Order: sequence, then structure tokens, then C-alpha cells
Amino acid sequence: MIVANRKSLGEILEMLKPYRKVLLLGCNECVTVCAVGGEREVGVLASELRLSRAREGQEIEVREQTLERQCDYEYIDQVRPFVGEYEVILSMACGAGIQYVAERYRDKLVLPAVNTTFLGVTLEQGVWSERCQGCGECVLHLTGGVCPIARCAKSLLNGPCGGSSNGKCEVDKELDCGWQLIIDRLRELGQMDRYEEIIPVKDWSPARDGGPRKRVREDLRL
Amino acid sequence: MRLNYPPNVKVVRVPCTGRVDVLLILRAFESGVDGVYLAGCLEGECHFLRGNLRAKKRVEYVKALLEEVGLGAGRIEMYNMSSAQGQRFAEVAREMTERIRALGPSPVKKSLKREL
Repeated sequence: MIVANRKSLGEILEMLKPYRKVLLLGCNECVTVCAVGGEREVGVLASELRLSRAREGQEIEVREQTLERQCDYEYIDQVRPFVGEYEVILSMACGAGIQYVAERYRDKLVLPAVNTTFLGVTLEQGVWSERCQGCGECVLHLTGGVCPIARCAKSLLNGPCGGSSNGKCEVDKELDCGWQLIIDRLRELGQMDRYEEIIPVKDWSPARDGGPRKRVREDLRL
Repeated sequence: MRLNYPPNVKVVRVPCTGRVDVLLILRAFESGVDGVYLAGCLEGECHFLRGNLRAKKRVEYVKALLEEVGLGAGRIEMYNMSSAQGQRFAEVAREMTERIRALGPSPVKKSLKREL
């Protein structure tokens, strides 16, 4: 899932300073699962905004609305009947959702309430961890199912580097060395011969280096 | 026991403090209350095993939120007491009332009055 972090209330209040009527949009997908922008978080942020403004003796009207997704226009269009009643849209979706809402309502200012952070997994209730950087050319078949791009601080394809110590990364003592994880896993799988093979230089053009990416499946197009 | 406690304390009954959601507390502040405290069972004696421990964490979370909002973390607290500790219940009610009185009325209340 896409994992995000809530922006601080101070930052959000600063963005909203000139506005009194706000449409607060949550998203039922990834940001709900990582507890940052779902219906509950929309409720909490709306409450925080009302309390802050009330404390300063100022008014604010916040309409709470959580869409099924903000990355599909069918759902974004559900707020069209009343979007005009609000001065500004505050979105709690990931960066993709926020931008798509802005694209659908070109005359509305759309503000981000979260910082989109990574593609990751739920380690345990309330703990999320990065696993993928969407580099466009997966190498997990070579590295025992552990991604060297996302999990090595240097994204080394042939590691570890000299900063690996007792299985931890020099960047942070709490952080597992990605290449230690790869070697441990290859050993468990009996595939240590793979470790001997040099992985050639990666083609980064399918990653962000080739510019914004697009995927088309002609058979699905209407 | 015929114990007295300040009449400003309004008791909201819940099956377990684990039922108390962050939003419930925030809504209470939005409605203009000056302070909130949770009276949970003693730690380790939750009938639902972890209800009071979860409530404790949520109270900590709400403290941070109230600090951000500007109402101050002092307006919320978590207490633990058993159902046999009526004395303690009254003591906590007095303690919290004094604390909130020292902090003064919630600044949110002024805005609410204006709306009325």
C-alpha cells in the first residue's frame, strides 16, 4: 500500500488561513489502511480544525467526505454536486489522489493534508515499513525476494557495502542492512550461488529517470 | 458510602474505557467541555484484557492533539480505579476539577456561546 504521514496541524492551519469553508476529502484505500487519511482521520482532523479556529474565535465550516478512492475519477466526481459551495479542498489522500482531485476541479485550490512517503507493508498494528520504490524493473528474483533498491540505503545491486555492521546499516543502527537480509534469505533458500553472480548495471529509464510513467492496456480501453 | 464529589463532573458510562475513541473525546471538547478524564479499571484487571491500556494510549494521543490545537494537554487525563474504590473516584473527581478550574474555561466555549 501507499503509506503517508499526516502534516502537522500548524502547517495545515497555515495553508487554510484565508479560508472558512473547507471540503475535507478522505480516501478509503491505502491511506485508510495506514491510518492517515481514512474516515476516522478525516473526523479527527475536522475536529482539530474546528477546535483550533474556535479557540481563536474564528469560524470554519468543514464538510467531511471520504471517497472510495481519489485515484479514479468516478469517485472524485461524486462531490461535484456540492464542491462549488466550498472555497478550498483539503485532501488526505496520497499525492496521486490529491493531484487527480485538482485535475478534476480546475477552478478549485486543492491542498495536501498528508505527506506521501512510501510503498510498504504493515509490520504490526500501527507500524508500517517500506518495501518498494516502484523502480519499474523488478530484480526480486535475483535477490531472494528482498529488494536491494528499497531496502539498501544506497540501493546497491551488489552489496553489502563497508557500512554494514552486525547486520545493521551505518545510516541507522536500528535499520537492517538490506544486503544482510538478501544474503540471509538466499542462504535459507539454498541459493547462495546467486550471490556470486554480479548483477549488471541497472537500466533506470523505466524508473523515474525516464520521466513520469504511463501504462496503457489497449484491450481494456473503451 | 454517601461520598460527595463536585457536581460539575458529568459521568458518561461506557462498557469499558477501551470503547473510548479519540473522536469521542474530541467531540466532547467541540461541545465545549473544559476537561475530560477517563476512569478505567486498574491496570492488569481489565475484563476485556487490554481495554484500559488502549485507553491510556489514546489519552496520550489526544494529549498531543490538544497541545497542537492549543487547548493544552492538561485538559485530559487517564485514571485507574477499581469499582470498589468509591473513595478514590470522589478524590479523582475533586483533583481533576481543581486542575481544570486552574486552567480556566475552555476557550472553545466562547465561540460556542457566540454561535448561540
